[in-house]
Amino acid sequence: MRPALVHPAQPALRRLGFWSLLCAVLLAAGGCATIPPDAGNNPVDPLERLNRHVYAFNDGFDRAVAQPVARGYTSVVPRPARDCVANFFANIGEVTNIVNAALQFNVTDAASDTGRLLVNSTAGLLGCFDVAKGMGLERNRQDFGITLGKWGLPPGPYIVLPFYGPSSVRDAIGEVPDYYTDPVRLVNPKTDYYLIYGVRFIDRRSQFLDTGNLVNDAALDPYGFVRDGYLQRRRSRVYDGNPPPSTMEDDPDAPDPAVEGKPPAGSGPSGKPGPSKEGPPAGSQQH
Amino acid sequence: MASQFLTLKSRSAHAVAAVLLAVLACGAEPAAAADTPAPAAMAADVAPDTMILNLSVEVLDAIRNDKAIKAGDFDRVQKLVNERILPKVDFDKMTRLSVGRAWRTATPEQRAALTEQFRLLLMRTYSGALSKVSDQKVRLRPSRDEASATDVIVRTQVVPSQGDPIGLDYRLEKTDAGWKIYDLNILGVWLVENYRNEFGQTLNQGGVDGLIQALTKKNQSLAAGAKP
Repeated sequence: MRPALVHPAQPALRRLGFWSLLCAVLLAAGGCATIPPDAGNNPVDPLERLNRHVYAFNDGFDRAVAQPVARGYTSVVPRPARDCVANFFANIGEVTNIVNAALQFNVTDAASDTGRLLVNSTAGLLGCFDVAKGMGLERNRQDFGITLGKWGLPPGPYIVLPFYGPSSVRDAIGEVPDYYTDPVRLVNPKTDYYLIYGVRFIDRRSQFLDTGNLVNDAALDPYGFVRDGYLQRRRSRVYDGNPPPSTMEDDPDAPDPAVEGKPPAGSGPSGKPGPSKEGPPAGSQQH
Repeated sequence: MASQFLTLKSRSAHAVAAVLLAVLACGAEPAAAADTPAPAAMAADVAPDTMILNLSVEVLDAIRNDKAIKAGDFDRVQKLVNERILPKVDFDKMTRLSVGRAWRTATPEQRAALTEQFRLLLMRTYSGALSKVSDQKVRLRPSRDEASATDVIVRTQVVPSQGDPIGLDYRLEKTDAGWKIYDLNILGVWLVENYRNEFGQTLNQGGVDGLIQALTKKNQSLAAGAKP
């Protein structure tokens, strides 16, 4: 008389199956990830080996699925309609912005974001138009990762999440409260929820089609380039765009002897610099 | 392109790509007079923020009037950058900072090669982005620097017709030849800092020659890919 014994196991098993499948796909796709010999030595990225595999997987998924779908979306749906969709999701996102601005004790932004939500949800026809922007209320994007950072939590190790992209331990933790402040979460039935989630996903990807392959073009190592950019960007956000100087202040030889070509005597061993300068190591950029 | 697309933060990851997109591919429009602090320096000098705005307008106009650039013609991009932008940039310093400590031990030939390959890399990357110029505008944001400073950050905002403004800042140093740009920041990411990390990896593995080689190889593959 205990049928319950059977049932709970089943979804668990199914979930297990899903995860192992995901892992298999991931490993297969990530097989082409090149792992440099010194992977993991960078203090900001102890999980580099794993991260590089996930990055390669995400990159493959992006090329094979996300980009083509987003391109289809932009070619089929006219620009005004796409703007409406983007504004709609931005408007929904105001809830998260308001909560986090409040948690950061930023009364001005919390009030402004509330104004935006009210104005755009009504006069902006459920967020379709960003009329608040025209009234001088700019969007202040926030998330709980930034809130945690402002509370003093360092980012911790860099991690690349499957499908999701660059993150850090702190920012990944921050996704949890952000998930709970996301109104889309409340959508029922589940099919509608997935539909909306899918549309939002395509909407977001479509906004970056123009940037093309810039990272792959610009970087010797796109993985590292994205990582360092992400960490810099997040640090800047935590400091409201005005972070204390990191290791960038020193010019290797602003004064001139070296510019004349003669390496000054006693200047470091044999052209083997660390990624960082005299200052704290690259890892100290995090906060 | 990496797949950082799912969350709001995904946008910030794309900031790195946008660095390259927005530097030149930004529309510009002089800000209202009230937004522009009066030049505090000597009368003969152009204030750094004025210089940045003028340069933005100039470059934008040049792009808009040049169909070849909009079609991605690399030689035309080179010409534009060489004639209009590089005179306002201390590219040696930019390279020096990006290479970091290894610069000290590099020979003059190695330095010249590094500077040239870095310049080519940035230009290759931009040439594609320049065709994306559309209706963006640029406005100045309030400066945080003392008027007397000789090393300043000019803060601007690229405002697209749809979507959020993008922060785009320039770092300049006062030289005998006027203000020179030596770094730029998009959405919180400093270009030089990012390249210093990037180059550091390669330098650790292969030294200065390894970096020159990697950059040269990169440029060659970009050039090959850019062929119509």
